[in-house]
Amino acid sequence: MPPTSSTDTTLAHRPNSRARPSGWLAYASAVRFDPLAGRLAPWCFAAAAILALAGLYVGFGVAPTDAQQGEVYRIIFIHVPAAWMSMFIYLLMAIYGGLALWLGTRLSSMMASALAPTGALFTAIALVTGALWGQPTWGTWWVWDARLTSELLLLFLYLGFMALEGAIDEPRRAERACAVLALVGSLNLPVIYFSVQWWNTLHQGASVSLTAAPTMARTMLAGMLLMALACWLYTIAVALVRVRLLLRERGLLPGGKRSEGAA
Amino acid sequence: MTLARDLRRSFAAIVRQDVLRAWRRRGQVFAGLLFFVIACSLYPLAIGPEARQLRLLAPGMLWVTALLASMLSLSRLFSREFADGSLDQLLLSPQPLAWLVLAKICAHWLTSGLPLMLLTPLLAQQYGMPFAAAMGLAASLMVGTPVLSLIGAVGAALTLGVRGGAVLLCILVLPLCAPVLVFGAAAGAAADAGLPMTAELSLLGACLALSLLLCPLAAAAGLRIAAE
Repeated sequence: MPPTSSTDTTLAHRPNSRARPSGWLAYASAVRFDPLAGRLAPWCFAAAAILALAGLYVGFGVAPTDAQQGEVYRIIFIHVPAAWMSMFIYLLMAIYGGLALWLGTRLSSMMASALAPTGALFTAIALVTGALWGQPTWGTWWVWDARLTSELLLLFLYLGFMALEGAIDEPRRAERACAVLALVGSLNLPVIYFSVQWWNTLHQGASVSLTAAPTMARTMLAGMLLMALACWLYTIAVALVRVRLLLRERGLLPGGKRSEGAA
Repeated sequence: MTLARDLRRSFAAIVRQDVLRAWRRRGQVFAGLLFFVIACSLYPLAIGPEARQLRLLAPGMLWVTALLASMLSLSRLFSREFADGSLDQLLLSPQPLAWLVLAKICAHWLTSGLPLMLLTPLLAQQYGMPFAAAMGLAASLMVGTPVLSLIGAVGAALTLGVRGGAVLLCILVLPLCAPVLVFGAAAGAAADAGLPMTAELSLLGACLALSLLLCPLAAAAGLRIAAE
């Protein structure tokens, strides 16, 4: 068998009968996507910074002190957005994984790979800030409660995804294997959440629910939503930058190690 | 008609071949069981011989150990086929790959999950569980261990031929098995407390139905990716 290193460069232009390069699918091509991502990323970073500053100002300057918890509640301005993002990013990874398997677009699986470290980061932030809040409020760093436990298992899922990606040498196999794993994990997550809710104990009810009127002050909600938007834009910006690096590293665009070696 | 017969025959052939092969190399099967027995005997040494405490912890400890013991044999599930090239034969065969994968999972359960389940009532005696409770615990393993084999097959297919595959496999599969562990240990605890365990068994059965549907498909996709 010949060595497969030379095939990688040709795969960038692999024809795909099902995906006509028109409309939004055109951006599945690395050549079209890369300049767009390069233009978008700085704006997303800037918007994320501005929104984060605004959110922190509202959270620490404007929002009133909580009647029951005092000042310590203010950690929710980072804790809740991080927890939202941690779950949302896994869902996104699964969607990109599904797209990658369905359409055969390498860029989709690279988006999933690019999102994974950020998702793991937000999961870790949610866990750490939760522990910092739990110590003064509940009197303990860690409680085996439903949401904490499923967040911890979510962190393990992220780490497993990244470990699998790191362990497989051929990039194409790694991309597709990770896509399958993300899909399986996303189907399993609701089951995990339901199962650990069985011994749901100490955690206070959800702070924000879509069905009931929010019980928190409007300024608190505003601060939290601003921070959530900031986290969202940060995620987009970081993912775009990381995808551009992955495209070069895996030889789909000039400038990476791989394409120089092949040329 | 012929299609159904073909499917039945290919399924039976794979199960028989894999079980026979496991029997001819029964040392590996017994080693897995021995791990289960040794690990279960270690807990009392660490926790202390106090009977009430041991009995309280028994369902959970037996379930965790069964989960770990079933991880041991997972990396062997497709490795021989991958090494000698017969995996390509599986991929090329006219029967759906997910069906053949299901047969291999079935054989894996017969040689790993089933012996664990049969040993459990005996090991439960070490922890002073009454016979009825031990049988209840075994029933929860009967429904739960096939799910472990099914989920494990997905991980085994994805990590096939990857360096450090065995450890990676555990990292991928163990978090996904959390619901089975929760429901299984809850069923065992309910049996030990003399309560009805139908709710837990029904949930385990739901996990089994869901994973029977999805895991062979995902494992087949993983095998195709690994064989490219």
